[in-house]
Amino acid sequence: MSRALVPNETLANALGANELARELGARGYQVVRSGGFGLAWLEPMLVIDGQAYGPVRDLDALEEVALGPVNEIPAIARQRRIIFDRCGRGNPMDYDPAWLLDQLRRSPREIIAEIRASGLRGRGGAGFPAHIKWQTVHDTPAPQKYIVVNADEGDSGTFADRLIMEGDPFRLIEGMLLAGHAVGADKGIVYLRSEYPLAARIFDQAIARARELGLLENFALELFIGAGAYICGEETSLLESLEGRRGEVRSKPPVPAVAGLFGQPTLVHNVISLCSVPGILRMGGAAYAEIGVGPSTGSMTFQLAGNIQRGGLYELPFGLSMRELVEDWGGGTRSGRPFGAVQLGGPLGAYLFEDALDTPLTYEATAKLGAGIGHGGLVVFDDTMDRVRQAHFAFAFCAHESCGKCTPCRIGAVRGKETMEALAAGEYTEDKIAVIAELCDVMEEASLCQMGGMTPIPVRSALGIAPGISE
Amino acid sequence: MENDSAIRELVSACVGQTGAPVTALRKIMATHGHITDEHVGIVADVFNLSRADVRGIVSFYSDFSTTPRGRKHIRICQAEACQAVGCRGLTREVSAALGLGLGETSEDLAVSLEGVYCLGLCASGPSAMVNERIIAHATREDLLQ
Repeated sequence: MSRALVPNETLANALGANELARELGARGYQVVRSGGFGLAWLEPMLVIDGQAYGPVRDLDALEEVALGPVNEIPAIARQRRIIFDRCGRGNPMDYDPAWLLDQLRRSPREIIAEIRASGLRGRGGAGFPAHIKWQTVHDTPAPQKYIVVNADEGDSGTFADRLIMEGDPFRLIEGMLLAGHAVGADKGIVYLRSEYPLAARIFDQAIARARELGLLENFALELFIGAGAYICGEETSLLESLEGRRGEVRSKPPVPAVAGLFGQPTLVHNVISLCSVPGILRMGGAAYAEIGVGPSTGSMTFQLAGNIQRGGLYELPFGLSMRELVEDWGGGTRSGRPFGAVQLGGPLGAYLFEDALDTPLTYEATAKLGAGIGHGGLVVFDDTMDRVRQAHFAFAFCAHESCGKCTPCRIGAVRGKETMEALAAGEYTEDKIAVIAELCDVMEEASLCQMGGMTPIPVRSALGIAPGISE
Repeated sequence: MENDSAIRELVSACVGQTGAPVTALRKIMATHGHITDEHVGIVADVFNLSRADVRGIVSFYSDFSTTPRGRKHIRICQAEACQAVGCRGLTREVSAALGLGLGETSEDLAVSLEGVYCLGLCASGPSAMVNERIIAHATREDLLQ
């Protein structure tokens, strides 16, 4: 009997994967609901006895969309899939815990040493060295410590957390259990955004399966669903939300690694940071550090989105240029019009233009541009993008999502939005630009968190304003 | 009221869970469609919070609504990746066809329109949701049919 892998993944399902699975079942195939490979333009993509087909609209016309052996599709074979190696290859619930149980016998000191050697930095946006957080939580004495996973993936242009939680939830469970063992935390909570209902269902199944496998005897694992607030992706806002309150950010210090959830030492990590941990332990921290460029070590889950031909998730070593990603991997704009801009790293990321495309994707090189890699998302626009409108949106989004705790963000965003509206209405004067520049400087300097502090980045880059000119 | 005791049971079942008040309000939304003053009172009572605290939570999170939504609830992504492929135009067309702005509900409660910031289908936009159904490459027809 032929075996058909049909992704059970939100995008593939939106494009008809559920119906295809039913139809294949009726035709006598052995249907396995797998994860998605993340190649959005090929969804729904089926793998039948190792041969891939996509995008499949009609099962009677499979040969028209034949892609050859799945392992030879260049867009998969040329990746460096360390986190996503299992994703798409079978039923995610078929999990063999032998390797994990073996790793959990290593000493915490040894595991933290591997993380330090790997040079792993947080993949959620800040890029903070992971081992420092691990060591801090480990070294802070407390009656209770927590692992908190930030799966509040609200940045437009990103979907890596969703893909791994739908396609290989055990990768995240591995990361959480290993981190818990290393830092001495026996409770873990995943904070997942409510916009991802399928990821929630699949992760719940995985928790139940992990319990059956005996993996949760010494570790309490819980899934918490958010309620629609972008700001809850900020770690202290997320902790407030987990404590059942409005997600208003806390001032730091103390950092969550010292006093986090319910005042206890808490290791807060993005999904992809924790999902990088099993690969590091498998190959060894030193070997992992050789992947990538300089201090940007390892693989990054780049996500190509917006106006792009071949969008999707590409796990690659740091260091390729934005041009390679947008042109070679992505095939240019979907509209067929000339490239306009890319917004790198989510709504708080910079708009970058043609002249920046040869910049290598590393933490260091993008920082030199006043930009950041963020969670690895690149949103591509064609040449119809209106810079004034995008700068207006950056303020409007901040005004909509601001938690309201600090004045620069709460009021600055609204004033910025109003001023941009006046600009867009044709009052494009030096006075107005000066107001925007000053607002940006104040928000950057004085906001409590990155929501207000980084909103100036898309505004200034879209309008071509240099930082600090208001002084 | 009979309905009140059912809600009280639902809310009480959350006691002791992480982030319980938020979870309780999410469950009320799921079963009741919106959050009333009576519900706020029940949540305040069960968790020993003030009504103001609970109203504060309700107003903070965009999933919580104090007014009923339409039987057909249309949400269109307004974030950058969807802007790059025309969500603004799509929103204008749907809005004009329905006679509703973002955040509005028709008087007969048949349909409501709302913006949403990212559904995670950013390489296949514009994306939208109609009730529980998620739509990639959304068109005017997909949303209005």
